[in-house]
Amino acid sequence: MNGDLKIALVGNPNSGKSTLFNVLTGLNQKIGNFPGVTVEKKTGYFKLPDQRSVQITDLPGTYSFYPKSRDERIVLDALSDNSGGDFPDLIIFVADASNLKRNLLLFSQIADLSIPIIIALNMMDLADRAGIEISVDELALKLGVQVIPISARKQEGIDRLKDAIANNSSVAIQLPSIEVESIAPELIKAIQDELKIEKPYTALQIAHQYEYLAFLSEAEKQKVSILNKQFDFHTQKAQATETIARYNFINDVLFDTVKIHSDPKQETLSNRIDKILTHQIFGFVIFFAILFMIFQAIFSWSEYPMTIIEDLFLWLTEFSLQILPPGVFTDLLVNGVIAGLSGVVIFIPQIAILFACISVLEDTGYMSRVTFMMDKIMRKVGLSGKSIVPLIGGFACAVPSIMSARNIESWKDRMITIMVTPLIACSARLPVYTLLISLVVPNDKVWGFINMQGLALMSLYLLSIISAILVAWVMKFMIQARERGYFIMELPVYRMPRWNNVLLTMYRSVKAFVFEAGKVIIAVSIVLWVLSSYGPADGFDRIDEKYNDVSLRKQLEPLEIDRLIASEKLENSYAGMLGKSIEPLIKPLGFDWKIGIALITSFAAREVFVGTMATIYSVEADDAHQESVREKMASARNPETGLPVFTTATAFSLMMFYAFSMQCISTIAVVYRETKGWRWPLIQIAYMTTLAYLASLLVYQLLK
Amino acid sequence: MELIQISIIFDSLYNRDMKLSQLIPGQSGIIKEFTDLEMSVKLMEMGCLPGESIVVERLAPLGDPMAIRVSGYQLTLRKKEASTIIMQ
Repeated sequence: MNGDLKIALVGNPNSGKSTLFNVLTGLNQKIGNFPGVTVEKKTGYFKLPDQRSVQITDLPGTYSFYPKSRDERIVLDALSDNSGGDFPDLIIFVADASNLKRNLLLFSQIADLSIPIIIALNMMDLADRAGIEISVDELALKLGVQVIPISARKQEGIDRLKDAIANNSSVAIQLPSIEVESIAPELIKAIQDELKIEKPYTALQIAHQYEYLAFLSEAEKQKVSILNKQFDFHTQKAQATETIARYNFINDVLFDTVKIHSDPKQETLSNRIDKILTHQIFGFVIFFAILFMIFQAIFSWSEYPMTIIEDLFLWLTEFSLQILPPGVFTDLLVNGVIAGLSGVVIFIPQIAILFACISVLEDTGYMSRVTFMMDKIMRKVGLSGKSIVPLIGGFACAVPSIMSARNIESWKDRMITIMVTPLIACSARLPVYTLLISLVVPNDKVWGFINMQGLALMSLYLLSIISAILVAWVMKFMIQARERGYFIMELPVYRMPRWNNVLLTMYRSVKAFVFEAGKVIIAVSIVLWVLSSYGPADGFDRIDEKYNDVSLRKQLEPLEIDRLIASEKLENSYAGMLGKSIEPLIKPLGFDWKIGIALITSFAAREVFVGTMATIYSVEADDAHQESVREKMASARNPETGLPVFTTATAFSLMMFYAFSMQCISTIAVVYRETKGWRWPLIQIAYMTTLAYLASLLVYQLLK
Repeated sequence: MELIQISIIFDSLYNRDMKLSQLIPGQSGIIKEFTDLEMSVKLMEMGCLPGESIVVERLAPLGDPMAIRVSGYQLTLRKKEASTIIMQ
């Protein structure tokens, strides 16, 4: 579908841009109070009063045309390439009326691109309350564009905005703001001539940002680089000159159009809330209480839906086995695809709840206060206050959390955050931990109320936080910063969360998880299925022969025979051979080849460990029988020594291994995508595997 | 001549040019200039301009970063960044 008119929505973060987008298109999407939360390019459609259709794109919020993060770069790319498919016929500039001066900086930059533009003056009610009186007509006259007061939240002024869009001139009519050419006269002229650029401001932007502009060819970039040197172009000086000139212009405009009546001493509600929420002591108490509630929600609310999903897949497995003829295809479908799929789907409740919680925290404006409070601690270990969002998210799943690290402007801070997020105890480790803890930690109470098993689990969670902090601290010294780190961030006023937005965030994150991670998990599940179902032919034949023996068949139940066959086949499969081949390597950690197989199979996803253990110890692989997995594991003995396999030392060694190792193909995939290369994911795999090995070795040798 | 001497001593003694990072919550001032070009560009984008008045609203619980009110909204920045802003 293509609109008759292409519109781009531009504005500062927190200006209500995304809310307006939702109101105009009816197509909802994520909106947050946390600066820079709109990360994807979102396109929607709506009809004008004259029946023309409009295609509207919501560009990421930014404070200026000079991007500081990856998301902000999208704005530059979309608006400076007039041959590109995203180039708009019209820009709607959403301005926050309560903070007009800062908003108009970006406006005056965008206006200089000579694209037709309309100002949607949002949050007039907030401005009124703050005692700011804006003469809208005067403002429109001074800037030479239509200015439409709206309230996106209350859906006011939307029809007037649509009329304005329909009636707007198709050529740019905005009045000139500053004399762009005077910033670098010769250079701008030279770039205009060499690259056939029409507008001086685009030429200036190319001089500043040529390295990042996707529409420039290598040869053109080379040319600009030479010209910059030739004319001695200093990008920061030029930007400072430009910014001051623009603010002079804006001050002129606002002098006659905005009157401020308020008493600046008057305390706002937001300020009073801040006094409590960022209080020296209560601030942290409240933050940890909120975190605690989120964990409670993740674990307790998800229990019931997770059981339903489990039962559903159990039923699906049985149903498929019933209606499909036995054979390789059925086996692949049931043990490869359905098993892999259930591993993905089972996490939906937890991910949905986590994202709903994070979305509420962002939407209300609380999350930026958390960054504000935690920045000093985080900076000590080489992270930024903004790293707190991905790290908290890491408790549920590293995949979406690593994606949310995009908000961090500093490259070094962002890299360290991405590198340590997978160390945080994610929900996939939970089934592994609970199984192993129940095996070796007694279900006793100390001092009458502290459950030992719960204590062990909590220690593992604490360990994950400590290890993430320590690794970040080490990396702080190892990674060279590309630019100076800084922390300059808007603290938006507190607002009520928009519940439909929270629901939408849930839906979006679940969808992204199922499709992005799901693809990889299913693919790897299939590979693992092949590895564990096939082996050298003669070995498999011998097993079949052995169990075809009549006397043996009489002794045992048919079901028991099937299990024994499955167990022995796994031992002789390629996966089993792999497990045996790594046995010498993992023996010092207290693991035998059977655990080796589980380590290999759970490379796709950690929770596969439980299923593999079930298969190896030949019991049915479902949670209803988890108790029996435990029993089998508890009674498992080393054939050579006759001693139990799962001693306290082995179980804790195994938990250490799962705490540190990078056994998650989805995380590797997302790190690859976010860092645009194999370098960082490989470093991550290497350091995490080394840590896992050493921690397991240490724990096993100490406890043995 | 002596008067000028005295006023120089007075200025340096009482350090009339304060950095933003030296203000405590509740204090306010007007931005005079910046000592760092790179930071000045970022700060100006966010509305911190010479001549603009700033109120320090609060410090983070651990004393850093600080939250200030500038051109009608709340901005947070680290003390390190605030030390590049010279107040009148």
